[in-house]
Amino acid sequence: MDKKEIEILELLEKNGRMNVHMIARMVELSVDEVDAAISKFEQMQIVHGYSTLIDWTEVRGHEGVTAMIDVKVTPIRGKGFDDVAERIYRFPEVKAVYLMSGAYDLSVSVEGKTMSQVARFVSEKLSTLDTVISTTTHFILKKYKHDGIIFGEDDNNDRRMPVSP
Amino acid sequence: MSLDTSRFIAEHVDALKPSGIRRFFDLASTMDNVISLGVGEPDFVTPWNVIEASYHSLEQGYTAYTANAGLLELRELISDYLKTTYSVTYRPEDQVIVTVGASQAIDIALRAILNPGDEVIIVEPCFVAYASAVSLAGGVPVSVGTKAKNGFKLQPEELENALTSKTKAIILCNPNNPTGTMLNREELLPIAELVEKHDLLVLSDEIYAELSYEADYVSFSSLPNMQDRTILISGFSKSFAMTGWRLGYAAGPAELIQAMTKIHQYTIMCAPTMAQYGAVEALRSGSASVEHMRKSYRQRRNFVTSAFEEMGLMTNKPGGAFYIFPSIKETGMSSEAFAEALLIEEKVAVVPGSVFGESGEGYIRCSYATSMKQLTEAMKRIKRFVEKQQA
Repeated sequence: MDKKEIEILELLEKNGRMNVHMIARMVELSVDEVDAAISKFEQMQIVHGYSTLIDWTEVRGHEGVTAMIDVKVTPIRGKGFDDVAERIYRFPEVKAVYLMSGAYDLSVSVEGKTMSQVARFVSEKLSTLDTVISTTTHFILKKYKHDGIIFGEDDNNDRRMPVSP
Repeated sequence: MSLDTSRFIAEHVDALKPSGIRRFFDLASTMDNVISLGVGEPDFVTPWNVIEASYHSLEQGYTAYTANAGLLELRELISDYLKTTYSVTYRPEDQVIVTVGASQAIDIALRAILNPGDEVIIVEPCFVAYASAVSLAGGVPVSVGTKAKNGFKLQPEELENALTSKTKAIILCNPNNPTGTMLNREELLPIAELVEKHDLLVLSDEIYAELSYEADYVSFSSLPNMQDRTILISGFSKSFAMTGWRLGYAAGPAELIQAMTKIHQYTIMCAPTMAQYGAVEALRSGSASVEHMRKSYRQRRNFVTSAFEEMGLMTNKPGGAFYIFPSIKETGMSSEAFAEALLIEEKVAVVPGSVFGESGEGYIRCSYATSMKQLTEAMKRIKRFVEKQQA
């Protein structure tokens, strides 16, 4: 992958809505070249989609909780952790699963409407899996920063004087 | 009757012209929703680690003066930085001084070297303060204009034509504010030859050196035989987004730096201590944040260059800094009239090229140190404005 391709990825990672024309100008390629590069990223599964970062706490009437669950499991001979992970990430309420180093094995992020809904998922679906040894559930109380974006920060807050030498 | 206090003002101060930028500042300040491309500073906030280090120094009670020339630790880091980045060697003990912005370094350098009537070459269009700083130091500023057809690059023969027996120094800003022009090694070498031939000194303003987008930056001081003839001036404002901290430095021959330190100790004492501790962190943490900002400026430079080309406004693609200097001659307006009408009609603030010297007439300075969202909107408005003028 060349430098400009990396640059395209970085721009898209920051702003998935940036249009091809603008990207082309910024990295000094033609629109066709940028289009081709993006198609290639999609095909190679380097780009997995274009989602939007939403602060749901700002949406009135929206209910939702997120929990980070530390899961200890017994790896399966010949298959390691992958099978267990799949058994977990197939559940739609599971938003993220990571294999971790350290005191536990899988970090599982679960979203639900209420705490009891998440609790039910943990006790009924997650803990009952054969390979799961134990779980520790942490509910997120407040998100300050997510994927590099600080929530509640005004990006139009320019403190500079309008004209300077 | 009230006392006429203006008669107390010294004649040479009274004679200074106020900067043309002031008028646009006043005008833009009265208006709402202005998109400003008139700002001569980064749109980034200082990297957090630098802010945090400065906090920490305050918490620890480091609130006293430092050595006149600045914290030795900071001078050592500046010396290391200049060596690794530009291959120039300066002793931190007596060849480096930490100043209140690069602006103060220019001021004390001029005051340290000029006798009344000494001439200083100023390469225009350029930063608005040079000529006044020369006058205040008792010198005579001599302008050498550069031309768009040469990419606003100083031509050796034009420089030589301006030299007289009274010429003592040249102020060279590379990369340049307001044109964004960057001189490479091949373009600097003939200038260095003239400097040697005519026994001159160079005040090399390298404040934008970290923001160069094409070739590797060459410090004037690194050219053959030039280290003894160069006062290298730079600072933290542009590369580390630290304009408000007012922290710069100069590096040069020990005798000259010591002469500057003499002025500095009697007039300033030392640069702000908390800012110096921030700068220590800036240099220690290295180049990751600088690299990130440089990349972002380069992308925006590419964007505005193509936007102006599309509008039919001729422009040189800037090699450095965060300014672009397109020609507005097509519109038939003076740069001042253009900037004023653009501000009033489309609420976009730019700086008329004429404030940077006569040779800047017919051009406008646009800073692209602003968000892509703002830049996109500003380009749309300028395009609409230009089309209206040509209709």
